[in-house]
Amino acid sequence: MIWETVRLAIQAIYRNALRSILTVLGVVIGVGAVIAMVTVGQGSSDQVTADVAKLGTNVLMVMPGAGQMGPGNNSVSAALDAKDVEALIDQLSSVRTAAPYNATSLNAVFGTEDTRTSVAGTDTRYLDVVDWPIVLGRGFLPTEESSGKAVCIIGETVRQELFGNTNPIGEKIRLKNVSCEIIGLFEAKGASSFGSDQDDIVLMPIKAFQRRVTGSTDITMIYVAAASNVSTDRTLVDIEALMRERRRISDGEEDDFNVRDMKQMASMLTGITDVLTGLLSAVAAVSLLVGGIGIMNIMLVSVTERTREIGIRLAIGATANQVLLQFLVEAIVLSMIGGIVGILLGLGLAAVASNVMAIPFSPDLAIVAIAFLFSAAVGVIFGYFPARRAARLDPIEALRHQ
Amino acid sequence: MADSKDANVPVIDLHNISKIYGHGEAEVRAMDGVSLSIAKGEFVAIMGPSGSGKSTAMNMIGCLDRPTNGDYLFNGVHVGNLTKDQRAILRRNYLGFVFQGFNLLPRTSALDNVELPLIYKGVPAAERRAQALDALAKVGLKGREHHDPSELSGGQQQRAAIARALVGSPQVILADEPTGNLDTKLSLEIMELLKLLNERDHITIVMVTHEEDMATYAQRVIWMVDGRVERDGPPAEVFDHERHSA
Ligand SMILES: Nc1ncnc2c1ncn2[C@@H]1O[C@H](COP(=O)(O)OP(=O)(O)O)[C@@H](O)[C@H]1O
Ligand SMILES: [Mg+2]
Repeated sequence: MIWETVRLAIQAIYRNALRSILTVLGVVIGVGAVIAMVTVGQGSSDQVTADVAKLGTNVLMVMPGAGQMGPGNNSVSAALDAKDVEALIDQLSSVRTAAPYNATSLNAVFGTEDTRTSVAGTDTRYLDVVDWPIVLGRGFLPTEESSGKAVCIIGETVRQELFGNTNPIGEKIRLKNVSCEIIGLFEAKGASSFGSDQDDIVLMPIKAFQRRVTGSTDITMIYVAAASNVSTDRTLVDIEALMRERRRISDGEEDDFNVRDMKQMASMLTGITDVLTGLLSAVAAVSLLVGGIGIMNIMLVSVTERTREIGIRLAIGATANQVLLQFLVEAIVLSMIGGIVGILLGLGLAAVASNVMAIPFSPDLAIVAIAFLFSAAVGVIFGYFPARRAARLDPIEALRHQ
Repeated sequence: MADSKDANVPVIDLHNISKIYGHGEAEVRAMDGVSLSIAKGEFVAIMGPSGSGKSTAMNMIGCLDRPTNGDYLFNGVHVGNLTKDQRAILRRNYLGFVFQGFNLLPRTSALDNVELPLIYKGVPAAERRAQALDALAKVGLKGREHHDPSELSGGQQQRAAIARALVGSPQVILADEPTGNLDTKLSLEIMELLKLLNERDHITIVMVTHEEDMATYAQRVIWMVDGRVERDGPPAEVFDHERHSA
């Protein structure tokens, strides 16, 4: 009997194909949106985790400025300087190596080509901290670093923008008013979870950067690699203690600098992603509810429109429950079809979006199952009232309709 | 449930039935103390002016309605005591309906339409199909099984509707103006078909009609006026009387 009812429901849905499509559109959009949001959200979380793993979980960053990380928090605190870098390396056994890192955004020009890129001043130790191989040319020589010579290593994106596939080594590019010789090319890394292109970069010796680009000896960030035999947490505590001492912060006073490790960065980023995903999913869930109300609305119209049909069914011997079941099953089948289409649509959208955003496509089977059950529940909840109305019709009245 | 072993018990037995709509000033007595009984195998035509209560009587006989007063016994069972669902089950097992407007489900093949009552009866699919094909063959619709109502002529649609009424092997077929929407030639064909079902398969037929030509197919005419049975007898007798009184 139940299969018979399902078959009848599919028949009735098929008989009113256009109206059926319009009816389920709300559910399709609702389910599709939820699935797309959650899948993309999951993908970007996975990406952050993967990026952090790639960057190395033993990497820490020291920045001036109190309080939580955020824009404009280093405006009042004293900057860092080269001595801080040396002190970290020399005085802490838990630090393997460290490097200064100052960055800004500049136009890089070669001939008639130019591109806006991130320009950073650092030294050879940075390449060690982030473990970034050079595939063409070489790194900075000690003499170049000490003299602050205008030489640079570029990322793959900058190379493509200015040189295409040709060899850039030995060419000179102009950064602001500095003419800089290219001595090396980094291995391509791809986009980071921050959404930025990590290959869109030009590195030069920090002295050259300070002297010719910023005109100040300040250091805005220090990258630290923890020693392999100690935990990052331990290193973090050591760095904090040393920096407090160096910056003469008395007990009970707040830090005027920040030490972060990549794990924190990761959890902060995935936290943001999770909150965003949650918010958008809530919006999507509301649209699913609206979709359910749409189903109820159209089912009610359908019951009125099909009053005569219901009269015929009752006259030839259908019981009230058989009519109720028929309309209920119709609503459930409709919304489940909507759910399935929505799931496919959502996964499709998520696949495209993941591709565009260069994040992994991470469909979650549990979410898919929940969305499917939810759409079936929408059918039950919003189909019951119209179905009951159909079942309660009086056969004589119904047959006389229109 | 409503099977009587006693051949003398009438299939349909109305005792002083009234059906009253509205109250006070607006009160309408659609049936006003109707008593009549119809035996198994009879072919009865109900006639009378418009508004005389013919359709109300048919709905009553068809267990779609319940009387305001009086008793209706179907095969000896008090219909007034049955619930809505019990009456639905009685209809599906013992009654077949044919309507003036055919009342086939739109965009549904003749075969699916005819199978419908069997679905509610819970007949398995294969058996259902065989019975439906058989009923369609009986009414002369072989080869039209998969046509929609919109692809059938009026006469063919009414044949499909008769097949649907017939498919559950009912004791009684109730037809309210079955030829009302058809021209004379097709009407006579439908009457021939009903007559065949009555004579060959011994199905009791109760039919409402306006036309004497159709009513002469019946063995008995019940003439209603203002919700009452005014005359009841063989067609010739009733018509003769009506002509004289007119
Ligand atoms: N549901 C109803 N409510 C009120 N009056 C009704 C209803 N059904 C029928 N009637 C009235 O009962 C009378 C008999 O109607 P009906 O049985 O349809 O007559 P017939 O079929 O002989 O034309 C008419 O006066 C009609 O208006
Ligand atoms: Mg009538």
